[in-house]
Amino acid sequence: MRLPGKGLIAGGKPVTFSFNGQHMMGLEGDTLASALLANGVHLVGRSFKYHRPRGILTAGSEEPNALVIIGRGSHQDPNVRATTQELYEGLSARSQNCWPSVEHDVMAVNDLAAPFLGAGFYYKTFMWPAAFWEKLYEPLIRRAAGLGALSGAADTDAYEKAYAFCDLLVIGSGPAGLMAALTAARAGADVILAEEDSRMGGRLLAEDEEVDGMPAHLWVAEVLEELSAMENVRLMTRTAVTGAYDQGTYGALERVAHHKPRRHSLKDSHLPRECFWRIAAKRAVLAAGAIERPVAFRNNDRPGIMTASAVRAYLNRWGVTPGERVTVFANNDDAHRTARDLAAAGVHVAALIDSRHDAPDSEMFPVIKGAQVCDAGGRKRLESITVRSVAGEEKIQTDCLAMSGGWNPSVHLTCHLNARPTWRRDIAAFVPTPGAVPGMVTAGACNGEFSTAGALREGAKAAEQSLEALGLKATASDLPQAEDDPYRISPLWEVPGKGRAWLDFQNDVTVKDVQQAAGENFRSVEHMKRYTTQGMATDQGKNSNVAALAVLADATGRSIPETGTTTFRPPFVPVSIGAMGAGAAGQGFKPQRFLTSHKASEERGAHQLEVGLWYRAAYFPKAGETNWRQSCDREVTLVRNHVGICDVSTLGKIDIQGPDAGKLLDYVYTNTFSTLKVGRARYGLMLREDGFVMDDGTTARLGEQHYVMTTTTAAAGQVMAHLEYVSQALRPDWDVRIVSVTEQWAQFAVAGPKARALLNALLDDEIDSDSWPFMACGDVAVMGVSGRLFRISFSGEEAYELAVPARYGDALFRELVSRAEGLGGGAYGMEALNVLRIEKGFITHAEINGTVTALDLGMQGMMSQKKDFVGKPMSRREGLMAEDRAQLVGLKPIGAVKQLTAGAHLFNPEEPVERIFDQGYVTSACFSPTLGQSVALAFLSHGRDRIGEKVRLVDHMRGIDALCEVVEPQFYDPEGGRARG
Amino acid sequence: MTPKEDAPVAELIAKSPCDGLLPVSVGGLTLSEEDLGHLTTLAPFKGQEKGLSTALEAAHGMKLPAAGRSTGKTGNRAIWFGRDMVLLAGPAPDTSLAEHAALTDQSDAWAVVRLDGEGCEDVLARLCPVDLRSQTFKRGHSARTELRHMMASVTRIGANSFQIMVFRSLARTLVHDLKTAMEAVAARR
Repeated sequence: MRLPGKGLIAGGKPVTFSFNGQHMMGLEGDTLASALLANGVHLVGRSFKYHRPRGILTAGSEEPNALVIIGRGSHQDPNVRATTQELYEGLSARSQNCWPSVEHDVMAVNDLAAPFLGAGFYYKTFMWPAAFWEKLYEPLIRRAAGLGALSGAADTDAYEKAYAFCDLLVIGSGPAGLMAALTAARAGADVILAEEDSRMGGRLLAEDEEVDGMPAHLWVAEVLEELSAMENVRLMTRTAVTGAYDQGTYGALERVAHHKPRRHSLKDSHLPRECFWRIAAKRAVLAAGAIERPVAFRNNDRPGIMTASAVRAYLNRWGVTPGERVTVFANNDDAHRTARDLAAAGVHVAALIDSRHDAPDSEMFPVIKGAQVCDAGGRKRLESITVRSVAGEEKIQTDCLAMSGGWNPSVHLTCHLNARPTWRRDIAAFVPTPGAVPGMVTAGACNGEFSTAGALREGAKAAEQSLEALGLKATASDLPQAEDDPYRISPLWEVPGKGRAWLDFQNDVTVKDVQQAAGENFRSVEHMKRYTTQGMATDQGKNSNVAALAVLADATGRSIPETGTTTFRPPFVPVSIGAMGAGAAGQGFKPQRFLTSHKASEERGAHQLEVGLWYRAAYFPKAGETNWRQSCDREVTLVRNHVGICDVSTLGKIDIQGPDAGKLLDYVYTNTFSTLKVGRARYGLMLREDGFVMDDGTTARLGEQHYVMTTTTAAAGQVMAHLEYVSQALRPDWDVRIVSVTEQWAQFAVAGPKARALLNALLDDEIDSDSWPFMACGDVAVMGVSGRLFRISFSGEEAYELAVPARYGDALFRELVSRAEGLGGGAYGMEALNVLRIEKGFITHAEINGTVTALDLGMQGMMSQKKDFVGKPMSRREGLMAEDRAQLVGLKPIGAVKQLTAGAHLFNPEEPVERIFDQGYVTSACFSPTLGQSVALAFLSHGRDRIGEKVRLVDHMRGIDALCEVVEPQFYDPEGGRARG
Repeated sequence: MTPKEDAPVAELIAKSPCDGLLPVSVGGLTLSEEDLGHLTTLAPFKGQEKGLSTALEAAHGMKLPAAGRSTGKTGNRAIWFGRDMVLLAGPAPDTSLAEHAALTDQSDAWAVVRLDGEGCEDVLARLCPVDLRSQTFKRGHSARTELRHMMASVTRIGANSFQIMVFRSLARTLVHDLKTAMEAVAARR
């Protein structure tokens, strides 16, 4: 019920919303919870396991009960806490975990079966038969128990990630946080003040008290005005700091759009739903406040039973009274304020029940001392409570019970780096252990200092400490006057008696469950937690952990500090997977690298192939070609007979300069490059330190101290890193400089018998076989543009690679292709390139698969005996030199064979097709239009000695079983006359 | 004159890395392509840092920048580019530099853009994990850092201006990522 004129949002704009299809009115500034209470709605959801009716327990992010679903379809948001969801025009929320409705939930029958469903029930019951668990029990249990669900439609909203940096991060904006931020900001520190609520002020917004001689919320407004005018302050509302990490890094979740009306995907408006921040702070002040704990008594989960501080918050901030005849149950002085505020606002307070005999009196409401609430009546809404005292039991009619078992400081973040909190007997609570997180100090209620004056004092002190560490000086200023009442409490965790007294509301864990765990010897707090599931729900036990371990301590006859706490882990509040993976959907998943010829290729209808991050043309279909093989065969043939053009710019190109450039190359390659003549290129093989082949490629010598190395596309980064490693770590004494030039050059293979004719039409100075023999290289001018020409061949034909600065890549590709077409040739793609090289027995990373040696490849001759090189010692290991290793061979089918496939395994024809008889495997296979048959490259045990033998090729995956002849891996022009021509 | 598609042409037409992608303006923020002229990496040989710095100053009027810094001004700038490396942006390198350093032409290797406008720091805060606040990352400061998935060079060239470089082939992703962040920043205003 809303109290006219009461609360900080009084006079706000009316907002219409709906809950479970019913239209209601709220005010601007309401949360869904406060608006529901204003409309008299207490029953919000059903509990996880027993489907008990549940209402609103708290007024903050610790809420375990009031979880709702908001939105539908792609932006359906389950498990939204009604206590943090801001009201907006048109908001539509519905209850979850109930069917057909929250009022009549069929699964509530579970509640009747409760005696059988206690802790460990599932572990004990569904053990046998084993196969039933996955197929029957688990699906059934999952359907019966649970929280809200996603819609199944993909989330189309945008999420965001961001980084922030500051001198001081202040977490929480209550009196301690505000004072810390103000003190630090005035001293000139760069401050971020993060607050999970939509409005800053913390408890000062929820209490009826004065700070600095004015109502607390006005003091808050004054401070915020000063802070927001300062350039060195960033105020972040709706931002929950979720975790503390190494070296002053904090994770934080900002709810950017949850409070805004929406029709469609947020993507259209570019507004992210959430932003996940990584904040790097030199220092931090934790002023996270405290969470009030419930008291466990029979049926303490009935809708209408709330924490005392929440009742106060609804009254003072939102002008709502959750009941018309309220009772309060407490073990501390603080909760008396709830009764006081309610009575002052004209709400009937039926009684305050205090478990202490020395509780203070009041003239405004009756105080029952030394008594306890031992039961609650009513099912979907609280109707009465039973009070037990020495005088016996007495029933009191009430529609709202405000309970308080004391306060638990929010120590969570201080424990994220594995520290444990310290027990303070005087306040019956855990407080942060100093120095738990390097660079972080704690202040205010989260430090166990519960008075406003104390919070202000600690906030200022924490800021001063931080400023000193930052090398800044605090300007002296007086602390504002504020309430300085002592916090008096006498521990009360549970009210003994029959029935179920709830500890963990969200996971339906009772006092009995914890006692049963202890009884079955799950005495460690970590075991108790897992046995009962206490603290394992989405609220992470914020409301129940301390009480549960107090009950456990009692049941096991240990003290609370002896029993200890479970581990606090990030995140402090739930973080959506969308926020963690922000930006990684669609194009943001990974970067795309495009060739300069990309556009021209697309215009020719090229099918693109993803090669790492690169997009390369796979083949260029011509009219009438319906299958990639047709295009590929044509492209192979045009290279063999005429001339083909292929963009090979993706290959890694590394510029190597300096007096010791030759030495570096001799050291990283198995063969020698220091003797290479200027103007020549050489094929080289590179090993890893373990002696296996890392990469291959050609390296050209452009000058006495200047080489350019070519790597494969796949290993470009790896080789660059390898060169850095060798030059920085192994031979830092050498004077050599390396830099990637992959992106500087657009490089095109011009391959085929007519390659030279084509080039001569473009080059400013014609070339011939004498000036440009096989493996020659040098500078050329292409239509007036300076470029480089390499006579190298990956196709086996007379071939060149022509490189120009990338800006001319598009134009040159178009020009080359157009001229090639004039000569009967054209562009060719990756598929044809692959066929051409298989026909020649040239290797790629299909062969250099990380497990092969130079010997396996038949390249042992390239391993120089005269010099040392990376990988040489390890390549001589016995196993790497063994004769029975699989060696590179070619395969040709015998008889009519559909196809040969890479990945197939090889067997001797007379032996069974079983693993132990495996003879090797196929690495590359294709149909060779040049030879008119399928061919393959394979690694075969003793391969080189078995040329001419027969092997059986088996591919179970694709149903292929073929007899093949073992041949030399060079199928076409093995002498290489065509390339040298 | 546009040459007829794929007909033999008299000269090769140059295209910039961000051809057809830029400029983009979103809510007071502008992303535009920058033509810096010649880009040359200077990698000083052993013990040649001082010699290179002197030669650079004599030839181009600026010293070798320290790590994380740049020297010179727009059109004639030396940008720290990583370990033992500086990028000379603007003039063609004087031949005297080659005595002290390995010079490598990178004029076509990088997509260079500039981001201007109020809030450009907020845009980069969504992409780069480094501290780019004006008090710590001042005009002339330069970082080699990540820009989402890409390795980038980021230099502050004005109170509300950054120069950003990534590999040329990544131009499309660069524009996509920056534009997305610009839109997100603008949407929050």
